[in-house]
Order: sequence, then structure tokens, then C-alpha cells
Amino acid sequence: MMASSYNAKEEDGHHSGSASHGGAAVVKSKKPDNTAFKQQRLPAWQPILTAGTVLPAFFVIGLIFIPIGIGLYVTSNNIKEFEIDYTGVDMNSACYSCAKNFSWNSTTSCLCTVDFTLEQPFESNVFMYYGLSNFYQNHRRYVKSRDDSQLNGDMSALTNPSKECEPYRMSEGLPIAPCGAIANSLFNDTLKLYYLEANGTRNEIPLVKKGIAWWTDKHVKFRNPGGNANLTAVFQATSKPVNWRNPVYELDQDPENNGFINEDFIVWMRTAALPTFRKLYRIIQKKSSTMPTLPSGKYVLDITYNYPVLSFDGRKRMILSTISWMGGKNPFLGIAYITVGSICFFLGVVLLIIHHKYDTRSTGADIPN
Amino acid sequence: MTRESRDTEITKAAGAGATAAVRGRKKRKNKENKTRTVRANTLLNDHPNPHYANNKIKTTKYTLLSFLPKNLFEQFHRFANVYFVFIALLNFVPVVNAFQPELALAPVVFILSVTAIKDLWEDYRRHRSDTEINHMDCLVYSSMERRYVEKYWKEVQVGDFIRLRCNEILPADVLLLSSSDPDRLCHIETATLDGETNLKQRQVVRSFLDLDCEFDPFKYHSVIECEKPNNDLNRFRGYIVHRSGRRDVLCKENLLLRGCTIRNTEEAVGIVIYAGHETKAMLNNNGPRYKRSKLERQMNVDVFWCVIILLVICSFAAVGHGLWMFQYGDKRPVFDVLSPQGTNLSPIMSAIYLFLTLIIVFQVLIPISLFVSIEIVKICQVYLIHQDMDLYDEETDSHLQCRALNITEDLGQMQYIFSDKTGTLTENKMVFRRCTVAGVEYSHDANARRLAMYQEMDSEEEECMSHGGTLPRRESVTSHQSARVVLRSQSTKSHRRTGSRAEAKRASILSKHTAFSSPMEKDITPDPQLLYKVNECSSQMDFMRFHSQPMSQLSSDLSDIIDFFIALTICNTVVVSSPNQPRHKVRMRFELKSPVKTIEDFIKRFTPSRLTSGSNSSSSSSLITNRSSNKGCSSLLSSPSAESTLTKLHEEQSSHLEPTFSPVPPCYDGKASWNLEEGELRYEAESPDEAALVYAARAYKCSLVGRLPDQVTVELPHLGKLSFELLHTLGFDSTRKRMSVVVKHPLTDQITVYTKGADSVIMDLLKPLDTGKRQKKIICRTQNYLNLYAADGLRTLCIAKKILSKEEYACWLQCHLEAETAIQGREELLFQSALRLETNLQLLGATGVEDRLQDGVPETVAALRRAGLQIWVLTGDKQETAVNIAYACKLLDPEEEMLTLNADSQEACALLLEESLHYIQAKFLCSSADQAAKAFHTNFVPCEINSSSSLSSHNTSPFLVHRLGLVIDGRTLAYALDKTLEDKFLEVARSCRSVLCCRSTPLQKSMVVKLVRNKLKVMTLAIGDGANDVSMIQVADVGVGISGQEGMQAVMASDFALPRFRYLQKLLLVHGHWCYSRLANMILYFFYKNAMFVALLFWYQFYCGFSGSAMIDQWYLIFFNLMFSAFPQLVTGTLDKDVSAETLQRLPQLYVNGQNSEEYKPYMFWMNMIDAFYQSLVCFFIPYFAYADSDVDLFTWGTPITTLALFTILLHLGIETKTWTWMNWLSIIFSITLFFTVALCYNASCPTCFSPSNPYWTMQRQLQEPLFYLLCLITPVTALLPRPFGVQMCNNYYNGTN
Repeated sequence: MMASSYNAKEEDGHHSGSASHGGAAVVKSKKPDNTAFKQQRLPAWQPILTAGTVLPAFFVIGLIFIPIGIGLYVTSNNIKEFEIDYTGVDMNSACYSCAKNFSWNSTTSCLCTVDFTLEQPFESNVFMYYGLSNFYQNHRRYVKSRDDSQLNGDMSALTNPSKECEPYRMSEGLPIAPCGAIANSLFNDTLKLYYLEANGTRNEIPLVKKGIAWWTDKHVKFRNPGGNANLTAVFQATSKPVNWRNPVYELDQDPENNGFINEDFIVWMRTAALPTFRKLYRIIQKKSSTMPTLPSGKYVLDITYNYPVLSFDGRKRMILSTISWMGGKNPFLGIAYITVGSICFFLGVVLLIIHHKYDTRSTGADIPN
Repeated sequence: MTRESRDTEITKAAGAGATAAVRGRKKRKNKENKTRTVRANTLLNDHPNPHYANNKIKTTKYTLLSFLPKNLFEQFHRFANVYFVFIALLNFVPVVNAFQPELALAPVVFILSVTAIKDLWEDYRRHRSDTEINHMDCLVYSSMERRYVEKYWKEVQVGDFIRLRCNEILPADVLLLSSSDPDRLCHIETATLDGETNLKQRQVVRSFLDLDCEFDPFKYHSVIECEKPNNDLNRFRGYIVHRSGRRDVLCKENLLLRGCTIRNTEEAVGIVIYAGHETKAMLNNNGPRYKRSKLERQMNVDVFWCVIILLVICSFAAVGHGLWMFQYGDKRPVFDVLSPQGTNLSPIMSAIYLFLTLIIVFQVLIPISLFVSIEIVKICQVYLIHQDMDLYDEETDSHLQCRALNITEDLGQMQYIFSDKTGTLTENKMVFRRCTVAGVEYSHDANARRLAMYQEMDSEEEECMSHGGTLPRRESVTSHQSARVVLRSQSTKSHRRTGSRAEAKRASILSKHTAFSSPMEKDITPDPQLLYKVNECSSQMDFMRFHSQPMSQLSSDLSDIIDFFIALTICNTVVVSSPNQPRHKVRMRFELKSPVKTIEDFIKRFTPSRLTSGSNSSSSSSLITNRSSNKGCSSLLSSPSAESTLTKLHEEQSSHLEPTFSPVPPCYDGKASWNLEEGELRYEAESPDEAALVYAARAYKCSLVGRLPDQVTVELPHLGKLSFELLHTLGFDSTRKRMSVVVKHPLTDQITVYTKGADSVIMDLLKPLDTGKRQKKIICRTQNYLNLYAADGLRTLCIAKKILSKEEYACWLQCHLEAETAIQGREELLFQSALRLETNLQLLGATGVEDRLQDGVPETVAALRRAGLQIWVLTGDKQETAVNIAYACKLLDPEEEMLTLNADSQEACALLLEESLHYIQAKFLCSSADQAAKAFHTNFVPCEINSSSSLSSHNTSPFLVHRLGLVIDGRTLAYALDKTLEDKFLEVARSCRSVLCCRSTPLQKSMVVKLVRNKLKVMTLAIGDGANDVSMIQVADVGVGISGQEGMQAVMASDFALPRFRYLQKLLLVHGHWCYSRLANMILYFFYKNAMFVALLFWYQFYCGFSGSAMIDQWYLIFFNLMFSAFPQLVTGTLDKDVSAETLQRLPQLYVNGQNSEEYKPYMFWMNMIDAFYQSLVCFFIPYFAYADSDVDLFTWGTPITTLALFTILLHLGIETKTWTWMNWLSIIFSITLFFTVALCYNASCPTCFSPSNPYWTMQRQLQEPLFYLLCLITPVTALLPRPFGVQMCNNYYNGTN
């Protein structure tokens, strides 16, 4: 500021003088610019954590979180869910014999039937899941063991799958389609649900198998090689995965749900995050507005027991569940919101008391020293 | 001593030359290995010195081609880089790889390239400055055109002839062959090399001395043999072989070094000996050192801890994996995939492989971007410090320079400051303030006002209009000269009115021509009373001279005054010159007479009887120029004209009746002659005091107009020019603390000794008190005034004289000559001889010279002290001066006690230290707690050296600093620094509030710094401006150079260069504090951030069979640190201000924060780690439970976790950020936007790529889920909840305890 008053003429004179005597000529002053940034005087907001700011924040958080939590909790509680374990660990359970004798090498299916009762009717669409426990689909080598190009219908990848698929890449000199460990371990139990009417007749409940996979998966990520025309011919030079009974082109009769775009297959290929997981199996669609989709009563679950899990101490479950806007039944989030909200509120109160107590004792001691 | 050793050097060199020449011809090649042969380039058409470096300099490290390999090689010297490359390469091993190998290389490549770009930029800057220097002009002789032509510096070759003009900078090391100076001398200023501003004389090579006509390069046919290029500035050996076979020795007096400036010599011609990188200046120019800051050292410890944590969690997971595998036994589950070879891995092998895999997955724990981020932040910090207007000095148009880029944060952690005094605390501008002559004080009020003006001008430039009026006009009491002077000083003022800064600037430019000659030092306003007396006196003398009356009739008061000024004028080593023209040395040349070498010779030529007969000697012979005795001698005591005195005494008889006065016609019109000389005369002084006194005398019209080795010419009012025959000069030395000249007074013809020295010494050497009432009174009064001056912080000097009778002189001379010619113990004898002469002096008066403190020094010292910094002053100055200045700059307090340690022997020193230690303990320790508490509250002096390490020797109560000053002199310091005493010395010194080391050598300075630094484990800062401070600056943790009067040496060695001492306050208290707190917080944040992120992955291992799986997509994993979370922390690290600059300046005690490393204590690392673990637990388990037993897939679950982690980390930074500017907002918004943009693009880009995650449309689907938003709301809040709560609790507690 002071500098601005002294005239430039003089300055020039000096500099020419200093330049002429042999030194490196300095043409302009090295004076720094007086800008807010360079002088570190940028206008700044200073959020100081004082009682004045922290206390209201705590109360506000508490007041927002508790209602959200209650809402979530109620929503979650309204969701109906039924779960039945059909692994057959127990001697008394229906699938005990199947579970005992079954292995990947079995050629014939083992059938077992489980009865169960729904206490409450299930309104709206019901989602049918199969659940696996203790199944580490997130194992590092397992997750990697797939070839996305092959699944996308790439012909070259079909005949020459990615190295990542090893050791499930080639079988008897032929490339495996679909290759890799994930595909190899495809869940292949078949579940059928019957409503047991009072007279004892079994009423099969229609299970919809379309729409269980992500739309993008079904239509973008997964494609059959060479379109959907004659899958048998396309997969001619390939071999089925070792654990599979049928080749990939025999997964379903429906050509829209066969081959790589079979939705059960697609769902399986989306590896679960945690060792206990469920996967959408079928959807039971609501038929009429008056009748519940699944009325309360007795049901029978017919299981074609193909998938051995006992060797690694796994469990298989069938889950029926309605869903809400926030997904399946899970009271956790609601409880979490309520808890955190309450804690905030509580801490706020504690701070208020402390602050009040100390503040009255020492007034005006804001600046130490 | 020096002369002797040089002589032997020369003879040695000559001898070596001779023998070499004998062997020479045949073994030319062999010889060239040891010496360099330079021939003139005019001799042959092709270049005769082809294999010597040319003058082009290149300080750049890289060329375009070598950049990549060389830079990479250098970068791999940093261990972290090697580590990261190792990890990236590990990814290429299929068994253990965790990520796509190419992707894993990305961060390493990014980091390496950022550093490489930085290096490239630095190198480019060096290149630019090289080019600038290479393209400077100089005159080089062209054999084609047969004249000197302008060429660039870089075109200069060894063997070229260069013509140098006044004020030109030397482009290369040049052997001086011709000079326009009548004495064949060339003056150079070596400020850029060694920081000494006084002129040095260089001589034309002996064989070219007699060349009277202009030097013609074409007649030059000699060959120069000299030593190989080396970096010793003070050594040059060689010889020149002429065509005739004659051989002459070359020494450093013949060599002009690159970078020096030619002064006072119109023209000089020389031949280039060393060029470019082989010049001594370039060989001395070492690159900047790499220093590691304290913070970085501390950080490295924690990086080491990170490595340990990494190894621990990897081993833990590896063991877990082994056990997990083991539990399945032989039954292999479907999800446990075999190795690609299809072999079944044993659990142990799997565990080992997994360990390596996890090191890759968890590598983020060792923050790869930390190092590069720190560098970026430091560069930004350096930039901001550079740009600070408060650190810009208008006068010199210079601002702070950070020469070390990587220790900015050390500035915030200083505990000890070691300061030089002269030029650092003071301006190194000696200003004459007051004097007392013959017991009468002349207060020089007008002069004081004038000086005050300089200070005010600086501060209130705008308001200086009024000052012109305030200056009182001198009344008619003064003579016309004095009126003129007043006018002159007024004109200075009106000049200032237009702009004092411009004036000051000009002054600083002028002072580049001549040292110590700013207007402040030169334009002294005389005291009217004294000026009147001087005039009176000289006119009386003039009258007397005309009427041939004896001078003794003059009243003693008046004669004292005139003697006083004569003493001021001649009792020094000041050389007179004019800046832009060669000196007008018009004088007759007598043939050289051989100097008196033996005592026999002396006795033969000198007998006392002859002396007695002569009463009225002529001074005509004083014109004899005895050049041989003058050659480069810096001998302690020399008698340049002893021999000529004798000669003269011989001639005396014959020339009895010759005119009494000097042959220079007396100029009666003083004014005219004044005008003639004014502006032309410049005084070249070795020390600023001398210059100050000469300028002071000049203000009283008693001006020095010429100094030759044997004669001093003084111009007095009315009397005109008088030539004093200089018989002896007994130079200044630190033991005698005085200097004397023996002259023959031209008016009275008496042999007079003028002595100037420290008051303490001179007072003891005065004539015994009973000599006369008047003298007694004078001594008494003068002593009074001296005390007064000292209290004002002035440097005091006493002036005394002594008149020798011829007999006395002859007697002394004989002894003295004996001493001079003695072989053994010459120094001692000369010293004794000097002592014999300087007795029974008659006190004339005393002067008070002010070494003006720089602006704001006392305030700065006070502020730094309140900031808890211990300030030690290490100076080469004498004790009295140092103490005076220490008082002046409030380093010492008149109220506090002062311990003075002056010991003559090791034992005495030990005893003294022991005593003072007892004294301190007895006096302070009993009541130390009380006093300390009191001192703390009253003075804001934090009395505790609160460093845990410093307590190692004193594990009892914290060591206290008392209100005590310690003064120690150089000799005692040497004893105290001995191994046996250093601990005791430190103990004493540490308990003193201020320590003053006087008369310390550069080596001692650095030893003191080293001692304190190593023993007390404290951070030290050394600040100095001269070459003598270089060693100290280099030893200290942070070296600060003042780019002031004494050249660039200190600046070159320093880490920071300041224009003024007072800027240290802002540099340390504000920038140091900021830099430290910013970096400390940023480093802690980095550790937190990475630990938090890695912990997320670690928790997941419990749910994936410790298989090294990651739920976070590898792209996010790798770019999270580098991109998504990088910018906000850089902005915060650069701009955050925990306390405003104003507050920091107002409350210096806030600096203690950094000294005690409060922002980054070792436990804080662990606190942050715990916080990170807590936050990661929250960020992991809230999504875990929210998605438990659902159909979520691996990466769809990982995406919200990544997002949550990002939010949490950024919000955490937000809480840590104290000041939010728009840049903080912008960077955070940018980071979040960047993450979502990248994620969305990435998830939409390719349905088949990015195996294994293949996150096609994942983010898009997540954004449609309400659950995602619900998670984003609760998780960061929960994760960060403890922090504000904890802070608030602390605040409350803090408030409560206060």
C-alpha cells in the first residue's frame, strides 16, 4: 500500500542504473501481488466447535433420526417373511437321506418333500429365495473364476476362455462353456411349492421365473453366442461344466431363458457379498386384489435335491418374503437410526448439563491466557 | 605470518616450476596431469587450449535424453518408491496377484511422474538462469579483428584476453596482466564469494609491471603453468614462462576470480586461466542440501509403525486363511478354487501366498500419495511464504527466499535461535552519533534528529511533508561552511520527501559501489559549537603558520580539538578512492631503495645524534613511495616507511632550510576545494567504524583526501591540504583493542602517536593522574560521558595522543626494528613493542558510534522470546560492543543479572563454570517454582524447556530459565567447549535467559550450535549475514541468511534468506506455525485416512474366509487415495489456518505449540489409528447388517461402502479444517462429484470389462435404492459422532480448568 505512492520514474532510473553497472538487470519489482489468495487472506468461514454449534447439531440429528428410525422399523415389521431350512442335517428332517447320500457325482436326483404352515397370509407379490449359508461365494479365487466375454456371447472367448477360468477352463480337450468355478458350482436344486388345501389336495402355486435377474444383466451383460438361434449348434464344440448334469443349452426349454441368458444362471453368477446369502429364485405374483397371494395355511415344498452343501457345513434354505420400498425384512436400519438418534439426543443433554455447569462457574474465560 | 607463508609458497611453487621445466619437455603428458598450461589464444589460429572447459556453465541435472533414466534412478533412492514398485511388480506374479497388474502400476507411475515433472520444472529454472548468465557480455580480444569485441560469457575460452571495465563482473578466473591503475593494481570486491565488501587489491603479474604502454595481446608470447582447478579461493600457484626463458611466479594476488566485481580501476586486461565450471567460484558452489525436517523424521517413525501394522494384519489374515482351509480338511468345498495348475494347495502354502496377496491389497496403509502430497503442499507453502508482502523489503526490492523446499514446517518448531550480531541484529551501518572532546560533550542534536528522520521516514512516508519545517535553521553563529552543510542536509530531506524509499534504494545501490557509505553514514550534521571551534582553531593555526609562530601558543582546548579530528582522520586504514575513475595518483617516483633488512644496516644508517640535531625536518621525502613494503601485506604491525624515515634523517642536514609545508600547494579556499572533492571521494574501509569516523571528521571539514603507504593527506579548513608522514601503523588487534599511528605532524614537526581504542584500554594507558588538573578533569568528564554513551548502546572509542621526543622515538624505533627483524617470536616482540609505545597517552576525547539496530529488532527479539525461543547471540565482536547491542535490542535487561565468563585457562574456566552453577542453584533453585510461576504470569515467558529429551540429564523438576544473562568471550568459549566442560557450560547457559558469546570464531559458532543441538536435542535456527556465519548456518537445523550488506555467502548456505532480521518474527511465528500445524495435521489425517480405508478391507476378511477378497472395486481401491480424496486435504494442508496471522503475532506464546510438537505427538498417531478403526467399523458394519442375509452381490455391496468411506473421510477433514474458504468447499464438492462421475461413467462403460468386479450398471442401480441414501445419512454421522463430542468435552474441560 505504501509502495503505491512512490513514482515509477524514479524506480526506472534506478534500475537502468543498476543494470548498467553490470549486474543482471532487474526489470520489474519483485514485490508480491496484494491478492487475497497470495496474502492468505481469503475470506473464510470458521466453524468453531463450541457449545453453541455442537449442541443444536446434536439435538437436530436426534430429532431427525428418531422419526426416520421409527418409520423404517415399522416398514420392516410389516414385511412378512417365512424361512425354512431343508438341508437335512437333522435325522428327522425330510431331506436327511438325500443330504447324506448325495454328492456331485450322483447322476440321479433325490427328491424330498417338506411341509410347512404359513401363520399369516402374504399380501402382494411374494418373492421366493433360496438361501445358502457358509457358502463363500466371495472367495477371492472363486470371484475371479469367470469369463465375462464368454458370457457376453463372444465367440472367440467361447472357444478359448479366459485364463481366469482355470482350472475350470478346458475339459477333455474342449473349452468349457460357461467356464470357471462360479458357473461350475451353479445351484441346481429345483423347488416347487404347493398349497395344501383342507381336503388334502396339492395346489401347485405358479412360480414366475422371469424378471428375477437384473435387467441389464439379462439384456446387456449376458448374451448367447450367435444370437439365440440354435444353441445346440453354437455350443457344439464346447463341453459342459464338470459338475453340471446338462449342458448350458439345456437349462430351460424357453429359448428366451436358455443358454447364458438363463435367469437362474445369471442370478447365480452375481456372486454374493457375504457367506450367508439368499438369491432370488422365483416370484409369486399377486393374482387378484382380494385374495392374498399366499393365504395362511399348510404348504408343501417339493425339492429336487441336487446341491450338496454338507461337506462344507453349509445350509440350504427356502425363503418366502414380501418386499417394501426399502427391500426385504431387515429391522436393523430402523433400530440403528433410533439408536443413533437417541444417543445424539442424550449426548446433547449431557453436553448441555456440563456446559451449563462450567459456564456458570467461569464466565468470560473464552480466551485462555 | 601470512607474508611468510606466502613467500614460502611462492618459492616452493617457483622451485617446483623450475624442476618441472627441466623435466618438462619430454614428459609433457605426465606433467599435464598435475598442472595446467595456458597459452594465449592469439598465438595460434587453432585453439591452443582445447581440452579445458569453456566458460559455458550448466548447472542443470538432466538433458532431454538423460532425463528419464537419471530421474528414475534418483527417485528410486527413496525407499518408499522402491516399495511401491515392488508391490506393483508383485502383482504380475499370478499366484499372489490381487489386482490387474497394469492397473496396479498406475499409482506408482502417477507418483513417479508427478515428482519427475517437479524435477523437470526445477531443472528448467536452473537452465534459464544458466542461460541468463551465459549470455552476459564481456570484452574479449579477437585476433581476427585485432580489437576487443563484445562476446557472451559462454564464448570465453581459456587463453582469451579479456578487457574489464570498472564495475564489471568477472566472467572467469583471470590472470591480471595489465591495469590502468598507475600502481598496476586492480581493485576487486569479492562480496559474492566470501561476503567481504572491502576492496581487495590484485597486482599485475610482475613481469608486466613495467609495461608503461598499453598491453598488446599480440606481443604476449608467454606460457602459463598453474595448478589444476581447485576450490581453494585463497590459493593459486603457478608461474609464467616468457619467451626469453624468464620465469615469474604467480600467486593469488595475480588472480581475479569469477564473480568478483572490478572496482576503482578503469580498465584491466587479463588472460583467462580457468573458465566455466573450473573456476574457483563454481567449484565452491555446491548444490542445496537435502534436509529432513523434524516432522518428517517423526512421520517416518509412524510410517514404520504402519509397516508393522500392515505386517501384523497380513500375518493375522494369513493365519486365519490357513485355519479356514484347514477346517475343511480333505473335503474341498466348491468355492475353494484350485490353483490354476489344478493342484491342491496345502493350507500353509495358501497362507503364505495369501500373505503376499494381502500386502498388495492392504498396501494403501502405507500412504503412497503421502510423500508426493507432502511435497506438493510444501511447494505451495513455500510459494505462499514467497508471496507474503510483509516479508518483502522495499529498499532492496528483495523478498524472502526459501532455498530449502522441504523444511518449512521446521520453522514452526524452533527452540533456540543463534544469531549473529553485526549485520543481523544491526544494520552494519556505523553512524557517528556524538563525541566528547577535551571533556566537553557535543551532543550533535541535529545529527540525532537527522538519524531519527531515517527511521520515521520508513514508517511515515506519507506524512513526511512536515519534517522539512521542523528542521531548525542554523543561526549565524556558524560559518558559511556550516550553513552550507545545513542546506545540504536539508536538501537531503527535501529529497526524502519525494520518496525516502527511492532514496534508500539508491543508497543501497550506491553502497554496492562502496561499502559503508550510505547517506545515513556519510551525511553527518556537525554540531554547531564544535564546528565553530574547529574553524576557529584552524584559522588561528593558519594565522600562526603565516606568522611563523609556534603552534604551542594555541590554547590547549583548541589544539585538542584539532588533534582529535586529525586522529579521527588518520588513525585508521581507510583508503580514499573515487568510484568511477581511477585514482589520481600524481606523484613523483623515486627509485626503490632496498628496505632495511638488518640491524647492522640500520645502525650504520641511523644514529641518534643526527636525530637530535634536526628540529625542523622536511616532509618532502615523504613522497617516497615505498611500494615493495606495501605488497599485499596484512602483517600485524608494519612500519611502511621506517626505512624512508631513516633516509630522510640522512638527508635532513642538507635540506635544513627547505619549506616547512607539504609540496601540495595549500588551498586556501576551503570551500572551493570542498566542492571539488565532494562526491568524488569515497572511503574504502575495512570496518564500518573506521568509515564512520572518517566521515564524521569530514563533516568538520577535516577530510582525508589521500592515503599512500607512507603518507596521509588531510585537508583542513583554512590550512588546506596537509601531508602527514606516516611512520608506523600499529594495526588493530583484539588483545590490545586499539590501533595507533605514528606520524610526523607537518605543522609542529613533532612525532606524534595517535591512538584509537576501546575505552577500557585507553583509560588505563593514560598519563598518571597527577599530571595536571586539567587532564584529570578531562578524564573524569570523559569517563562520565563514556558511561552515558554505553548506556545508550553506542560503540565507544577513545582517542588519545602522545608526543614523542626524537630521543624517545629513536629509542623505541630501534627496539621496534629489532622486533620486526627477529626470527623467533616475532609476533610477541612486535606486540611488546607496540605496548611500549602506547603508554602515557594524553586523552583527547571519545566518540560514540552507533551501529544502528535494524528496524524492529527489539520488538522481534521480545516477541520471539515470548514465543519461548531462546536467543543466543554469537558474535565476533568485542565484548563491550556485544553487551551494548544486547542491551539495545532488549536481549539483556538492565535489571537482570549478568554472568560474565572470562577465563584464561582451562582450569579457570572449569572453576568459573562450577562457581556460576553453584551461584545459580543457590540463588534460584530454592525459590525457583515461585519465581517461575511469577515470571510466567507477568512476562509471558514460558519458563519451562518443556521437552522430554531435554530432561534426560535433569530428571528432577523441569529446568528453569532464570532472569540471568550470560556473557562469555571467545577464549573462554574455547575452553568451555572442551569435552570435559561442555556439559557444565550447557547447564549454565541453559539456565540463563540470554547468552552472548563474543569474539567467537566461525568454527566456535558452529560448535556451539552443534553442541546445543546434539546435547539438548532441540531444534536450532542460526541466522547470520556474513561469511563467518556460514558454518553455523550449515550446522543448524534451519539456517537463515540475511541478504544484507555482507554479500551472498551466508545466503548461499542458508535455507531461508531474509532481507531483514525483523521478518524472522513473521516467518517463525506465523508461517512457521502455520506450516507446522498444517503439515502435522495433514500427515495425521493421511495416516487416519489410509488406515480407515484399509481397515474396511480387513474387516471383510473375516467374512470371506481370509481369502484376500475385496468388496471394493479395484479401481476405487487404487484411485481412492490418488483422486477421490486427494484434493481437499491438499487445499487444507496449504491454506488452513488454525489461528489467524494477527493473533499469532499478537500472542507469540502460541508458538510453543509447535516447539512442543503439540499438533503431532506420538500418541496422536495411535489416537488417529483408533479413530480410524472405529470409523471403519461403523462404515463396515452398518452396511453389513443393513444387507445381512440379502441377495446383495459383492460389488453392489462394496459400492455403498466406498461411498460411505469417502463421505466419512471428507467430513472428517471438514471437522479438522479450521477455516473454510471457497477453495475448501470447491475441493470437497469437486471430490464428491468426481467420485460419482467416475463411478457412473466407469459403471456404464463396458459390460464385459473390468473383471472380476464387472460393475456394469451397479452405481446406477444403487442410486435408485432408498437404502443407499439411508446408509449415506446414518453412517458418516455415526462414524463422526465421537469427534465433536470429544472436542466439546475437551473444550468444556479446558474452560472448566481455566
